[in-house]
Amino acid sequence: MSTSEPVATPEGHVVLDAEDMRRVLTRISHEIVEKSRGAQDLLLLGIPTRGVDLARRIGERIEQIEGVPVPVGSIDPTMYRDDLRRRPPRALQPTTIPATGIDDRIVVLVDDVLFSGRTVRAALDALNEFGRPRAVRLAVLIDRGHRDLPIRADHVGRNVTTNPEDVVSVSVAAVDGADSVVVTAGMPAPARVEEGTR
Amino acid sequence: MKRHLLSSADLSREEALLVLDTAKEMSSLARQSVRKLPALRGRTVVNLFFEDSTRTRISFEAAAKRLSADVINFSAKGSSVSKGESLKDTALTLQAMGADAVVIRHSSSGAAHRLAATDWIDAGVVNAGDGTHEHPTQALLDAYTLRRHLNDGTGDLAGKRITIVGDVLHSRVVRSNVLLLQTLGAEVTLAAPPTLFPVGVDAWPCEISYDLDEALVDRDAVMMLRVQRERMNASYFPSEREYSMRYGLDARRVALLADHAIVMHPGPMNRGMEISAEVADSDRSVIVEQVTNGVSVRMAVLYLLLGGQSEADPGDTGVGGEGR
Repeated sequence: MSTSEPVATPEGHVVLDAEDMRRVLTRISHEIVEKSRGAQDLLLLGIPTRGVDLARRIGERIEQIEGVPVPVGSIDPTMYRDDLRRRPPRALQPTTIPATGIDDRIVVLVDDVLFSGRTVRAALDALNEFGRPRAVRLAVLIDRGHRDLPIRADHVGRNVTTNPEDVVSVSVAAVDGADSVVVTAGMPAPARVEEGTR
Repeated sequence: MKRHLLSSADLSREEALLVLDTAKEMSSLARQSVRKLPALRGRTVVNLFFEDSTRTRISFEAAAKRLSADVINFSAKGSSVSKGESLKDTALTLQAMGADAVVIRHSSSGAAHRLAATDWIDAGVVNAGDGTHEHPTQALLDAYTLRRHLNDGTGDLAGKRITIVGDVLHSRVVRSNVLLLQTLGAEVTLAAPPTLFPVGVDAWPCEISYDLDEALVDRDAVMMLRVQRERMNASYFPSEREYSMRYGLDARRVALLADHAIVMHPGPMNRGMEISAEVADSDRSVIVEQVTNGVSVRMAVLYLLLGGQSEADPGDTGVGGEGR
């Protein structure tokens, strides 16, 4: 991988800054178009919260590249999680399936961090409720390893080597005011941990 | 979220908004033709109805089934209760059957609280109406409906002016509504004949009026209450005709409201009594929508009470899941 040397800050290592993130999303957009041979039947579904914004940005990029609008929505896997009973009840996030439906489309799930794979598994189950896509692909900004399930991403922004207890915090401009990915060692600080690491 | 939902007063502003926001997502999924969600698979919800009810029981049943829970309906008629079984023995039976939640409607105020406060049963208790005391899920669905029409379906109801009209004395809906609407920042006026206000109503966090016309001017919503003849053991007003003239909602009175105002009724309606058929069927009326919203709100309540790890259940501490 073309990993630039991580920058150490008191808060942790900056893995991607705003410029890196822009380039990474552009590359992922090109990869998606290449793999699908165009944007014709593409449909992007972001996994809340930050995956939704990433999906929107990839969708805009693909439209610039191919000149075809790409439907973008969101899918909340919360009620399909296997650890639902093991944690306090979680607030639900919006699920918005574009009016085109997902039948016979190439659906690309977009998330910020791929870790155990359980969120993606739950999202695949949630997807079942809405129809039968021709194919489902997975695009993630960060793959941090430590999978619990046989799941892999088709498009990865950056592979990052982490310890299981490290915290990967993804910030996106639309939600957090700025774009960045920061890895913090050891036990997480309570703030802003949930989204980056799910 | 606590283990039980007994009173609107139990809900903080944040908890109330969490229920409303969750209900919004439930309703959005239903609109996108997702009929069944897996969140309560393997959980058992008992509808324990000691009092007649159509819409509330069906609404809870639909909500539980859409979340994949198993539903057991228990009505006092044709059960051991008609043979004299006490609430305690009924509760112990449900406990032995492994109920995870009990939705209870009872003609005695405090029945739900009794069930929740004792160790008869471990299940979460949802108050679906206890005597003339409270009916919190009705208040939540009313707040949801108000928020949808008056505030674009987000945030609270700060500064909204709402008038509730009619049989305040016998209404559990009004008590739950006044408490919840106050939590959400709305200004509430109650309008009724003096005989239909309970003792101590002046201590409630709301305005009181005996003049309906004055209480309707420029309001954002009006909520009509059913005149509960079955609970009336004396005559509270001279005649139905007089009640209808002084406290019934007709087209002239609807015109006094703000232009965007909505007309609500918890049902069942007495058409021609507290509300004219013309108003009930007009486009200002959201009475049918309230029923639809009721299912979403009850799904949200059941999900938040039962969907996650219960506080009573030790097991996993919540740390060590996917993120950490």
